[in-house]
Amino acid sequence: MERDDWVTRLRAGNARTVARALSAIERGGAEARQVITALFRFTGGAHIIGVTGAPGTGKSTLVNEIAKQYRRRGPRVGIIAVDPTSPFSGGALLGDRLRMQDLSGDAGVFIRSMATRGSLGGLAAATADAVKVLDAAGFEIVLVETVGAGQNEVDIARNAHTTLVVEAPGMGDDIQAIKAGIMEIADVLIVNKADHDEVSATVAALEMNLNLKPKTENDWRPPVLKTIATTGEGVAEVVEWIGKHRAYLQASGQLAARERARVRAELERVVQHELMARLLRGVNGTKIETLVEQIVARETDVYAAAERLIG
Amino acid sequence: MAERPIRVLVAKPGLDGHDRGAKVVARALRDAGMEVIYTGIRQTPEMIAEAASQEDVDVVGLSILSGAHRDLFPRIVEQLKQRQLDDVILVCGGIIPDEDIPAIKQMGFAGVFGPGTSTQDIAAFIRAQVAQKRGA
Repeated sequence: MERDDWVTRLRAGNARTVARALSAIERGGAEARQVITALFRFTGGAHIIGVTGAPGTGKSTLVNEIAKQYRRRGPRVGIIAVDPTSPFSGGALLGDRLRMQDLSGDAGVFIRSMATRGSLGGLAAATADAVKVLDAAGFEIVLVETVGAGQNEVDIARNAHTTLVVEAPGMGDDIQAIKAGIMEIADVLIVNKADHDEVSATVAALEMNLNLKPKTENDWRPPVLKTIATTGEGVAEVVEWIGKHRAYLQASGQLAARERARVRAELERVVQHELMARLLRGVNGTKIETLVEQIVARETDVYAAAERLIG
Repeated sequence: MAERPIRVLVAKPGLDGHDRGAKVVARALRDAGMEVIYTGIRQTPEMIAEAASQEDVDVVGLSILSGAHRDLFPRIVEQLKQRQLDDVILVCGGIIPDEDIPAIKQMGFAGVFGPGTSTQDIAAFIRAQVAQKRGA
């Protein structure tokens, strides 16, 4: 890509340029770095909203409705929808777009599907950088939908300003709610499919769980909202609460604090990755294979073997 | 760096709702290691081209059983061109009369797969086409 030219086109919101930049990010390596280096100074303008929750709770449909709400209010909306890569074939069926057909034909919306490509935690390794591309391209709202996640896939909280956790009625009792790490990352809790039975029981279980948490001064208490994503009911309220959360983040200084924490974690991760790559470049494959054989034969252990590789 | 997985958009243009075939192919391509963006039924040419552009796919696969391909395929090709997606590999399947195939290939479709085609053959065809394009 000829440098300044494509940056200008991307900043002007050219869909093809945005798409190509995202592909470069996904491919990784030097090309991805060039994209980030060229775009990074244009980032920081977007409000990043994470949407997570168990498979089948209606995340994609909700994202569709939230995007529609924002479009009515004006901001351009970028969406990254992550679905899992099969650990066996390396392929992936990316089906989130299927629920977002309403957004088609609106030049103010850009949707990109991403496969996890082996990454755990609910996002792809390249998701954070993909968000930066959409941010730099002037999308004021960036919605990131995680893979169907349950208890542990909490990476999104590190990458988003506001995290929505989507539940559906009848997904488990209050102990499940307490166990799940995903509850702790919620800035807004949504009980979707609120036209189904048991919705009040689910809301009550979530409220109880929130009430058990010790209160501190100025603490944000996540609201528990009911939606019916298929009709759009309750979604305007979700968007209002996202706005309230953003205002809270700004007023409390959390916005800057979260940004620093995120940047620190990202820097550590990149350094880790880079050190690992440099180390492995200096080690030939047969040395690793020899060590693997020795470990399997119980002649050495992994820690001692690792020491020999590094030392 | 590992080769980027092949990205394929699977869509059903037109109004027929018979999506079993498209789903079987989508699943098979996933199992063949490809990233399949499935957009489902009732897709307009504009929707298909827009999705292909945003998703930066290597391949667009269309399934059609209604007989509307004569009308819809040229419009899809036109929409793709408008978005500078001339280099996307086009394949299609469904109910397409033999006498229509030359015209469809003329339009730029690389492969036309009728009923009974093995999904493995489709995957192998796509892989070969993409390898050729990427090598070029």
